[in-house]
Amino acid sequence: MTQFTTFIKKEFYHVLRDRKTLLILFGMPVVQILIFGFALTNEVKNSKIVIADEAKDEVSTAIIRKIEASRYFEIEKAVANRQQIETVFKEGKVKVALLFPANFSKDLLHQNKAQVQILADATDPNHATALTNYLSSILQDYQSELNENQAIPYRIVPETRMLYNPQLKGAHNFVPGVMALVLMLVCVMMTAISIVKEKETGTMEVLLVSPFKPVLVILSKAIPYLILSLVNVGSILLLSVFVLDLPINGSLPLLLAESTLFIITCLTLGIFISIKTASQQTAMLISLMGMLLPTMLFSGFMFPIENMPIPLQVISNIIPAKWYYLIVKDIMIKGLGFEAIWKETLILVGITLFLFAISLKSFKIRLA
Amino acid sequence: MQTITLNGLTKVYGKEKIPAVNEVSFSVDQGELFGLIGPDGAGKTSIFRMLTTVLLPDGGGATVNGFDVVKDYRQIRSSVGYMPGKFSLYPDLSIEENLSFFATVFNTTIEENYHLIRDIYVQIEPFKKRRAGKLSGGMKQKLALCCALIHKPTVLFLDEPTTGVDPVSRKEFWEMLKRLKAQNITIVVSTPYMDEAALCDRIALMQDGKILSIDTPANIVSAYPDQLFAVKADRMYALLSAVARYDNTINSYAFGEYAHVSLPAALGQEAAGAALKNWLAQTGLEALEVFPTEPTIEDCFIKLTMDHLASAKN
Repeated sequence: MTQFTTFIKKEFYHVLRDRKTLLILFGMPVVQILIFGFALTNEVKNSKIVIADEAKDEVSTAIIRKIEASRYFEIEKAVANRQQIETVFKEGKVKVALLFPANFSKDLLHQNKAQVQILADATDPNHATALTNYLSSILQDYQSELNENQAIPYRIVPETRMLYNPQLKGAHNFVPGVMALVLMLVCVMMTAISIVKEKETGTMEVLLVSPFKPVLVILSKAIPYLILSLVNVGSILLLSVFVLDLPINGSLPLLLAESTLFIITCLTLGIFISIKTASQQTAMLISLMGMLLPTMLFSGFMFPIENMPIPLQVISNIIPAKWYYLIVKDIMIKGLGFEAIWKETLILVGITLFLFAISLKSFKIRLA
Repeated sequence: MQTITLNGLTKVYGKEKIPAVNEVSFSVDQGELFGLIGPDGAGKTSIFRMLTTVLLPDGGGATVNGFDVVKDYRQIRSSVGYMPGKFSLYPDLSIEENLSFFATVFNTTIEENYHLIRDIYVQIEPFKKRRAGKLSGGMKQKLALCCALIHKPTVLFLDEPTTGVDPVSRKEFWEMLKRLKAQNITIVVSTPYMDEAALCDRIALMQDGKILSIDTPANIVSAYPDQLFAVKADRMYALLSAVARYDNTINSYAFGEYAHVSLPAALGQEAAGAALKNWLAQTGLEALEVFPTEPTIEDCFIKLTMDHLASAKN
């Protein structure tokens, strides 16, 4: 047992003395959370809008004030007419424009009908759609204020409720995703590299010629990374609760237990890669290309799996991160208990056992 | 008692099945300092790896301490000390941490076997807080030797321990080996340096995975069949090409500031030397020196290699 603890202690020395690795280990989760939290967001917030008000009457002014007041838009420029809109678009600074024709309020009052034009830069179609939707809803809002006292017959009023994430915050989606990503990266790549490093420097050769069981060499490598990864889980959760205001709705012990399970899955994957590769570069490339990319693509955190063609949907089932992502979303956001995630848990356990079995089988007690 | 026996041990590499170790058989007695001498690629490291059980033989077998290297690898691994050719300690751990790590891995402590490593360790102890990666070549090898010794192995395998080490440290290193031998530890050491061969009890000269000769260094030298002469002249290059053209020359090669020329023993020492000098003078070389010299292990190795190449050709 002292052998085992000494080995783990040695492993901690390796990690703690390598400043660069340390920075990646603990800096990356923080940076990723902050980047995803503040920079990489697809929410519409303070989008620049240009308004051409040819009417300049009380109705158009009221609408413009409403737009100004909303947190979605920021008026970049007010221009006099439609020709100038085009120049502004060409500068590329604004993504959407609103045009009130002359006689806007007159038309509205006398003909009961007036037109405004919304122009959007559709180079990014999703963004353009979102912007026009927000603008239309502001207009609709104003319209219903106008009609407050008049009863319109036959009205369908949809009552929308955004469940689990009423403020439509992006954090609800990406925090579980980043957790899966970071754990995958730390556990798979770091473990694989650290074991292969022993092969590369020749220390594995010395360790093999010792009474220490080779399987224990590998296991004692896994434990420090398990602990370090749990620290990362902690820091991600702290950041998401206190910086991104994302509460943990479900049980924290359950979330930590499931995270530990996922970490173990990743560690066995890392061990498997290290057994199959001979150099640090190969181990790193395989971990990055073979693990990180599929995790991003197939976990459902960036691209919805339901929209993928069937073959890709099938592939996504073997990605451990997909199941972990579902588990974290269920616990953290929806606040569900174990009864909701036992299936995903079982699948993760299965993947882990499978990886462990083939690692054990392909483990070499000799050099070649 | 024989501690190590090899019986037709063979290792082949690659698709072409090129033998790196070709049916090698020898044995090492207990408490012996045994040297494997040969150039790079002779198969020394492969033999070491098979004996330390980290490589499986493709043919033949071997035993260490009576244990089979394939079946009983566990017992061998816990009783031998192994120092691979490449520096194989943790560069980011200090001297002390490396040593105590390997001590623990072998279920022992530094204190328990300190007497074994004391002579070596006192030399590096002043730097014990320094990281192993920052040590000089000689200090690294001393540390590696300490790590291989810390669990009191019965057999010590040292794969080219002095390669890349300065001459003073090399000398010290061999003195340490002598002291370890006095503690009844069997030592198998490999080296490409011929001068170190004379320091072993017995040596095996290796080339292309084959053993050319196994004996004590003295016996190998005395078995040298030819007359060896050291020759010197004003122009070395012209001298070398001249002795190569000489009819009676068996082998000739540069050897330090001299050229070594071997001539058939049947010619008689004085007559052969005089005839050679005479012939060289005719080719126009000046400042000639020709005198008989005692063959070294290197001369023997060159002789054996030439014979080996000649027989391989036929």
